[in-house]
Amino acid sequence: MQATSHAGYAGNHDHDSHGHPTGWKRWVTTTNHKDIGTMYLWFSFAMFLVGGAMSLILRAELFAPGLQYVSPEFYNQMLTLHALIMVFGAIMPAFVGFANWMIPMMIGASDMAFARMNNWSFWLLPPAAILLSASIFVPGGAPGTGWTLYPPLSIQMGMGMDMAIFAVHILGMSSIMGSINIVTTILNLRTPGMTLMKMPLFCWTWLVTAFLLIASMPILAGAVTMLLTDRHFGTSFFSAAGGGDPVLFQHIFWFFGHPEVYIIALPAFGVVSHVIPAFSRKPLFGYASMVYAIAAIGLISFFVWAHHMYVTGIPLTGQLYFMYATMLIAVPTGVKVFNWVTTMWRGSLSFETPMLFALGFLVLFTIGGLTGLVLAMTAVDIQLQDTYYVVAHFHYVMVAGALFSAYAGLYFWLPKWTGHMYNEGLGKLHFWLSMIFFNIAFFPQHFLGLAGMPRRIPDYAQQFADFNVISSIGAFGFGFSQLLVLVVVIQAVKGGAKAPSRPWDGAHGLEWTVPSPAPYHTFEDPPVFNQAEAHG
Amino acid sequence: MSHPASTSRYFVPEPSPWPLVGSIALLLLASGAVLMMNSIANGGFVLIGGFAVLAIMLFGWFGRVIGESEGQRYNLQVDRSFRLAMAWFIFSEVMFFVAFFGALFYIRVVAIPDLASPEQAALWEGFRNVWPSAGPAAKDPFTQMHAWGIPAINTLLLLSSGVTVTWAHWGLVANKRQQLIIGLMLTILLGALFLTLQVYEYREAYSHLNLKMTTGVYGSTFFMLTGFHGFHVTLGVTMLTVILVRAMKGHFTAERHFAFEGVAWYWHFVDVVWLGLFVVIYWL
Repeated sequence: MQATSHAGYAGNHDHDSHGHPTGWKRWVTTTNHKDIGTMYLWFSFAMFLVGGAMSLILRAELFAPGLQYVSPEFYNQMLTLHALIMVFGAIMPAFVGFANWMIPMMIGASDMAFARMNNWSFWLLPPAAILLSASIFVPGGAPGTGWTLYPPLSIQMGMGMDMAIFAVHILGMSSIMGSINIVTTILNLRTPGMTLMKMPLFCWTWLVTAFLLIASMPILAGAVTMLLTDRHFGTSFFSAAGGGDPVLFQHIFWFFGHPEVYIIALPAFGVVSHVIPAFSRKPLFGYASMVYAIAAIGLISFFVWAHHMYVTGIPLTGQLYFMYATMLIAVPTGVKVFNWVTTMWRGSLSFETPMLFALGFLVLFTIGGLTGLVLAMTAVDIQLQDTYYVVAHFHYVMVAGALFSAYAGLYFWLPKWTGHMYNEGLGKLHFWLSMIFFNIAFFPQHFLGLAGMPRRIPDYAQQFADFNVISSIGAFGFGFSQLLVLVVVIQAVKGGAKAPSRPWDGAHGLEWTVPSPAPYHTFEDPPVFNQAEAHG
Repeated sequence: MSHPASTSRYFVPEPSPWPLVGSIALLLLASGAVLMMNSIANGGFVLIGGFAVLAIMLFGWFGRVIGESEGQRYNLQVDRSFRLAMAWFIFSEVMFFVAFFGALFYIRVVAIPDLASPEQAALWEGFRNVWPSAGPAAKDPFTQMHAWGIPAINTLLLLSSGVTVTWAHWGLVANKRQQLIIGLMLTILLGALFLTLQVYEYREAYSHLNLKMTTGVYGSTFFMLTGFHGFHVTLGVTMLTVILVRAMKGHFTAERHFAFEGVAWYWHFVDVVWLGLFVVIYWL
């Protein structure tokens, strides 16, 4: 195969799909953004099931007070891996998968700027996943520190922690390469006439997201590198005896960790900003303000990190600054929510599955955002730190925010990807089961947190039993409902009603001007970009 | 933005095995490192295997890119993509150093004064807020690394190498191949000299100054920052050597020589980081 590809390139400028490897070699060696996007999406779904199974172990244990099924150590390992896998293995790759599939099609490019590096960004994920999941089976087990990997606990862990550290390094490389690719693609490969302020919002959110990733992932790499040398080479970054400080790790971690929240949220905003106008049959309200809001959220996200650290003894002035700065983020986020709602105002609404998920996102993400404002208040947060209120808050943002938006995008673009319409009935069933069970699982956790139930503990006091039963029932319901999406996707891949090039009459953008399924190389030449397909 | 006619068709490379080879290399490297750090047998072999696979991948991948470049397959749009990507890559490297500079800043401004504050007196009696510090539990005395010896010479070396690489660039754009090659050789020489002096400095630190990685936060930050910088200088010298070989083979034209410029940018970045190190690690 090496020989054939070498033979093919001497002076040959064509890169059509003839002579490409087939079978497994196609996927391993591919330089096609659609192939790579597909691999990202399948990988993220597989990780989603693995991480989800781990969360069901947690909820099974929490079904009743006392210790039933697992040891406290194993419980901690499961909750750590659940978080790491969901954040780095499921949600982030899912949106990178969307970016791969959609950005070249939206801006009228033939592929990503660096097609080979694009494939490496994906193929770095399996080694990291192997390291993370294999850590369960080594002496000492997987890291049990929570995804934040705080020292001194993370310094005392067994070799599973080293595996997690290297997994984070590899994931970071993958994210940085993927982001450089996306930034370059967006800045350099747009079709003539598509100015930045006419670019689809999904591309805008990814431009800012990629910036956040390039700026913050190296910070995380530095933090875990210091953990590694503290563990094995006798440095004292996080040890007070040597003049270091465990709180230093928290500062560095959250300097990465807070932008990370928006790395997950911004592409979700982008997807929703496409779905809501399409099913409202109206242009997005306030395009320019949306762009500025995205940029503002991205920027401010670097200056709010210590709101995760109110109880670490930071000075009062620090607490006040971080409280106000955090609340400031609610302004651009509020602009976005306002614009989505206003887009629907007097629109000609219809409620297909993508729209349902987008609306589910809108309602539940707003709840998650508002509980975030509650937690931003220092005085309140000191009470709620490390309680189930925090767990409820970020699951409203991560699951009902990011995941629902990813589903909205999946159902929205599935006809474009497969060439077939999906089963609308099953899609709607998937939405309603998800919506109902999600709230059964996570809404009671607000009450548990307010009543003082601490998180990351496998046992709890008797008075928390009822809400935990409800929450566990919801979690299992939610978990098994997600298998429906597998059925829907496989059905759509295998067959179904033929999808027209623009299956949603209200949808705009270059991706809807090409046939469904989109050809292997969408645009061999830059397409003509006119006002009808413009977003701005 | 309108593209000139020559860029109307995109460049997409053929399928390539190198990404997968690179991933296997990293998996081996990570596994080998984990095994070695936990003193499990044969970790070193896995690590060496990882390096070998990585080297094969780098030769294969970059060889292919150089072949495509010399085969005139890259249009101006690809050239712009490379420039953007290199700039963003250097930005990510800057942020990597920000983590360590930030740690040093925090330790000097917050952690050490806090450990020496009256509130901590019961815990760490008699600990004083001075820098350099190896922390309140340190027992071995150590000597600080002074700025105006080797580090000052190293600063001069790196700043001069910034001049020589620019001189080489002038030679390239003026079609003076000789100047390009001599300039690159001088730059590599200065870089190698810098590394040699740094190795000497480390040996001094360990043998005479009793300054080690284990010397509290001073040793931690000193070796982490200078060590990662030295690693980047090593990478830079390696890349410059590749560019030198390519220059001697007659690659690059006065108009199209992104690889040279990318490496020169990287070299200047390494230079600037050193200036930061010189000020906050050695001098202040």
